[in-house]
Formats: sequence, C-alpha cells, structure tokens
Amino acid sequence: MSAAKKLNLTLKVWRQKNGNAKGNLETYPLNDISPDSSFLEMLDILNNELINKGESPVVFDHDCREGICGSCSLYINGEPHGPARLVTTCQLHMRSFKDGETIYIEPFRAKAFPVIKDLMVDRSAFDRIQHAGGYISVNTSGNTQDANAIPIEKENADEAFYSAACIGCGACVAACKNASASLFVAAKVSQYTLLPQGQVEAKDRVLNMVKQAEKEGFGPCSNTGACEVECPKGISIENIARMNREYLSATISK
Amino acid sequence: MSESTGLLKSHIVKKYWMAFTGLFLCLFLTGHLAGNLQLFITGYAGQLQFNQYAVFMTTNPAVKLLSYVTYISILFHAIDGIVISMANRKARPQGYAYSKPEKNSMWSSRNMGVLGTIILVYIVVHMQNFWYEYKFGTTPYMMNEDGTAPLLKDGTAIPNGEIVDGMIMQAGENLGPAMGDLYTIVMEGFANPILVVFYVLAMAAMGFHLIHGFQSAFQSIGLRNKKYSPVITKAGYAFAILVPLLFAIIPVYLFIMAA
Repeated sequence: MSAAKKLNLTLKVWRQKNGNAKGNLETYPLNDISPDSSFLEMLDILNNELINKGESPVVFDHDCREGICGSCSLYINGEPHGPARLVTTCQLHMRSFKDGETIYIEPFRAKAFPVIKDLMVDRSAFDRIQHAGGYISVNTSGNTQDANAIPIEKENADEAFYSAACIGCGACVAACKNASASLFVAAKVSQYTLLPQGQVEAKDRVLNMVKQAEKEGFGPCSNTGACEVECPKGISIENIARMNREYLSATISK
Repeated sequence: MSESTGLLKSHIVKKYWMAFTGLFLCLFLTGHLAGNLQLFITGYAGQLQFNQYAVFMTTNPAVKLLSYVTYISILFHAIDGIVISMANRKARPQGYAYSKPEKNSMWSSRNMGVLGTIILVYIVVHMQNFWYEYKFGTTPYMMNEDGTAPLLKDGTAIPNGEIVDGMIMQAGENLGPAMGDLYTIVMEGFANPILVVFYVLAMAAMGFHLIHGFQSAFQSIGLRNKKYSPVITKAGYAFAILVPLLFAIIPVYLFIMAA
C-alpha cells in the first residue's frame, strides 16, 4: 500500500426513502480515506460509519466491482461514473479527487429510471428494450451450425465486438440532456446487424427496440455526443448513425 | 409500414425531418449568400445588378416555388424543434443538483433551441426590413444612371416616364411595372448601427447553430461513419464559420462605406 496522504472529504449524497418520497442532498464529512481505495469502497466506509451511528446506510447498486457487470451507476460531481474516462464507478479511485474536496453523489436521472431508494434506480427498462429485439432466433434442436463456420469480414466482426462491449449501465442516459437511450439501443442493434446471424430479424429488431425505448420514456437524441464521452466502454456514436440508417431503411421497406 | 413507424410518432423520424429541412435550409443559405455578395459591387453597376437580381428573385416561377419550400422548411424546422424540445424535457422530470455538461458536450449542441429562437426572431425582423419593404412599403424606384428615366422590370429606361402606383406611364400609356430599388433600401437600412449590430449578433447565433446542426443532420440520417465523419466534421466547421461570417461582413461593410 502506498503511503499517500489520506483524504478528508465532504460528501453530498442524495437520500430518498423510496420512489414516492421527495428526497434531498445530505451532507456527510468523511475523513482518512486512502487515495488507493475505490469509490465504492469509500461509500462502504461511509456506510459502516452510518451503521455504527445507528443511521440507515446509503443504498447503491454494485455487483462485480471490476467494470463488467454494469450494475454500478452514480452521477458523481456532475458526470456519470465520475470524472475519469472509460471506467465505471467501481473502477474509479479516490486518487481522482483532491483532499478537502466536496463530492456530489446523485442517482442517474431519467423518467425511465425511477429512483428505488437513495442512489439506486430501476434500470429494468433496458431489459425490456432487449426483450423487444435484442436477440437472434436460433434453432437449438441439436443441429445448430457452428458459428465459426460462417465467414465474417474482420472489420464487421471487430465492430460488432466493440458494440457488444456495452454493459448496459445507463451512463449514456444519465449523461444525455434528454435522458435518451440512443447509445444503448444503437449498440444493441449494431452488435446483431453487423453479423450474418442478425440479418433475419434486423428490420423488426430496430423498429421494435426503438419503439420500446420511446415507450419507456427515454428522450430523443440531440447528437450532443455526451454519451460517447461518458460511456465507460467507449461505445461510439457511430452506432447511433448506424441505428438511424437501419431505422430509415426498415421504415421505408416494412 | 409497421405501426411503430408513424411518420411523426417516433423521435428518430422527427429527427429525420429536422435533418432534411435543416440541410435544405443550408442550401438556401448558400444561394442567399451568393445573391447578397453582389452588394460588394460598387457604384451604379452594383445598384443595377442587385435590383435586377431582386426582380429575378420575385418574378421567376422556379424561385417562387423554392421560396415556398423554404418557408415551409423554416416553419416545419421550428415546429418540429419545439416538439422535440418538449420531449427532451419530459424525459428527465427531475434534474441533477450538480451537473457539468461542459465536460462532455459543446454549448451549442445543448442550446439549439435557444439559438434557433434567436434565428427565428431575426428572420422575422429581416423579412420586415427588406422583403416587406420591397413588396408593400414605399419603395424607391430604380432610375437610369443620370437619374432622368425610370426603368421597367426588364431594365429598359423610359425617358419622360412617370410612375403611378408602381406603373410607368408614358404619354398616358401604361408600359408596365417599374423596377424597385431594393439596393437603396438596403443601403439606408445598414446606415443604422443598431441594425448592423443586430445582424452581426444574429449571424453569430447562426454560426453556433450550424456548428452543431450541420454535422448533426448527417448523424440523424445515418450518414456518419468512420470514412465520412472526418469530411463531414471539417465541412461542417467550414460551413458554420464561413457562411455566417460572409453574411455578417456585408452590413458592416455597407455601414463603413456609408459613413
């Protein structure tokens, strides 16, 4: 462990009893935080202190804590997943902050992401978008063809892979001024449409997934590019252009 | 057409309309600028050329058709923009207490509605200044170089011609409508420093609107990819800077020349 100077921080944390409660920012001083600890570890320390004082701990989503599950969220100091680039909150370290700093911690805000409690929001809207078309129908009767037997152009395979890197965390929605889910939907549309296996359902997929996203209450895309900057997986907004292209051709031909 | 693709129902389709009308209006701007640049021609030659151009723009049937498409585009672009802005707001009923949008996006990208509103106000004032004055105001009429004879719309000078209700009369005979002098209206308009400042500010708003809008239109209709994006980005910046700049130089130049 490094002997770097410990941090004394002031946390402004969004506390909200439940989805119907009003909620407000609470101030918590937190001292002696190692710059080597992760952001979630810092919140664990805060929660230990709160529990020891007999107060209710801050509720937040987390699971794998290695940046691949998409569970963690948080709007930290005005940005989803905090100030660092290409990392999730669990991979954000306290060395990204200065001693004496005030850190604002809020839930991802969107009509389609209602607050459950404190910093935890309901992101099941993303699951429903996936259910609307984020799949391929393959007969699994035992005669399934080996996927590697189908030749795929390297460029397309790579692009599909980059699109599939989306972990569905919702940072794109949180960053977007319109709480648009375009980057998420576009990544999911792209990962299938770039591959031969995704062709059969390509048109219905883009129409149905876009329709579901709007039904959930996500906003329109203003092409500000904020989502691309804040995405922990570096998903490009070229995916959105691809989705718009696919949607246009599906609209005309369906 | 499946039921999910109602022509105005989906956000994406609304953005297609925004893009198509926006790109058409970019073409309009280019044409309008080309016409305006004739104001740099000095003296009587410039006055005559500009006024003949004004006759062409108000009488040519193809131009008339294009002008209607332009009006419809402006209206549709504005209304569609308002509808989209309302949907934008609806998607996040509760905002952040602390947000740093400048970390991930350009100011102009986040304020297209504000910029668009400024441009719309400008268009109304601009139409009043020149279009309305030329069509319905007390327009001066174009004379030949020594100021002795009024000109018909085709440029023919009528010695001893008398203008009655916009018509040139010669010895009691109506020879047709007189050529208006839009050039003089423009010169008189831009002698007013307040109007010049307003035009320059409006063109600045136009520049910021285009910095986002030009590229955004291509993104909306799905034309951006690894190959085209760098070209579209560069062309977008060039268009957004050059076109409003050239538009804005004209009133400043005319003001300096008049002073």
